Amino acid sequence: MKNLRFLIIGIVFGIVLSKSEAVSWYRIYEMFKFQSFHMYGIIGSAVAISAIFMYFFKIGKIKDYSGNQINIKEKEKGFVRTLAGGIIFGLGWALAGACPAPIFVLIGQGILPMIVVLLGALLGTFIYGLLSKKLPN
Amino acid sequence: MDFILQPWPWFVSGPLIAIILFLFFHFGKNFGVSANLETICTMAGAGKVSDYFKKDWKERDWAIVFLVGLTIGGYIAVNYLSVTTEIDLNPITVNELADLGFADAGKTYVPNEIFSIENMQTLKGFAILLIAGILIGFGTRYADGCTSGHAITGLSSFQLPSLIAVIGFFIGGLVMTWILFPLIFG
Repeated sequence: MKNLRFLIIGIVFGIVLSKSEAVSWYRIYEMFKFQSFHMYGIIGSAVAISAIFMYFFKIGKIKDYSGNQINIKEKEKGFVRTLAGGIIFGLGWALAGACPAPIFVLIGQGILPMIVVLLGALLGTFIYGLLSKKLPN
Repeated sequence: MDFILQPWPWFVSGPLIAIILFLFFHFGKNFGVSANLETICTMAGAGKVSDYFKKDWKERDWAIVFLVGLTIGGYIAVNYLSVTTEIDLNPITVNELADLGFADAGKTYVPNEIFSIENMQTLKGFAILLIAGILIGFGTRYADGCTSGHAITGLSSFQLPSLIAVIGFFIGGLVMTWILFPLIFG
C-alpha cells in the first residue's frame, strides 16, 4: 500500500503527542495560565529544529525521497482573516484543550466525547466553506 | 524501557515532532492537520452544497490514512506504552482548577468535568464539546492552519501570516482561559 508510510507517521505522531502530554487538556490550560514551561518547551524546540530543516530544504541541500526540490507551501496572506481565524481557533483550542491532531489521538485513547468535538470541527469547516466567499479576507 | 513508559520530557518530544515534520516534507507533503478536516467534508459530499468542497479527495487519500494512524497511535500509547496517565501539573494550576470545580486535576489526561460520557449527555456538556469543535474547525480554515501548520511549519519557515495566526491563537486562548472559563464553569 503506497500510503503505508503515512499510516506509520500517523502512529508515531500519535504516540509522541500522547507521551509528551500535548494531548492533555490540563497542559493547554497550564500553558495559557503561564504556569508551566512544558508546552512552550515542546513547541519552541520543535520550531527551532524544524527551522534548521527548513533552511536545508530552501537551499536545496535536502531533497525529497524522489530527489525533487522541497517546496514549502506559502500560507494565505491577509491580516484580518489570519488574526480573526487565529482568535476563533484559540478559543476552541483552550475550551477543548485539543487542536486538530490531538482530537484524533484522544479518540484513539478511548475518550469518546471527543467524537462530538470532531463532529463540531467538521461542522465548523463546513460552515467556513459555505461562507468563505462572503467573509472578509 | 522504563523511560518509554514514563511521560516524555519536552526536550524529547519537541525534537521528535520536528522529525515528523521532516518526514512529511521528505515524502513530498506539507506538515499540517486541519486541512484534513476539509478533506473529510469533501469525502462526505459537501461539494454538493458548496463549490468550496469541489475537490478531488482521492489526491489526499494519504491524509485520511494519516488520521487513522493518529488514532491508532493514541490507542497504542495509552494501552501499551504508559504506566500512568497522571500529569505532573503545577500545584497552583491544580488549586485554581479545584476552585473552578475541576476535582482531581492531572489524574487523567482530560478532565471528567468536560469529557465524561455522563457530562456529554447533558445539554451544557454537549454544547461545550460541539461549540469548541466548531470554533476549531471554522478558525483553522479561516486562518489557514492550526498548531502544526502555523505554529510549527509556518514559524519555522519564517512566514509572517503564521506569526499573526499564532498571536491570534494566544489571544483566543487567553480570553477563553482567563475570562470565559470562570463564566462557563464558575
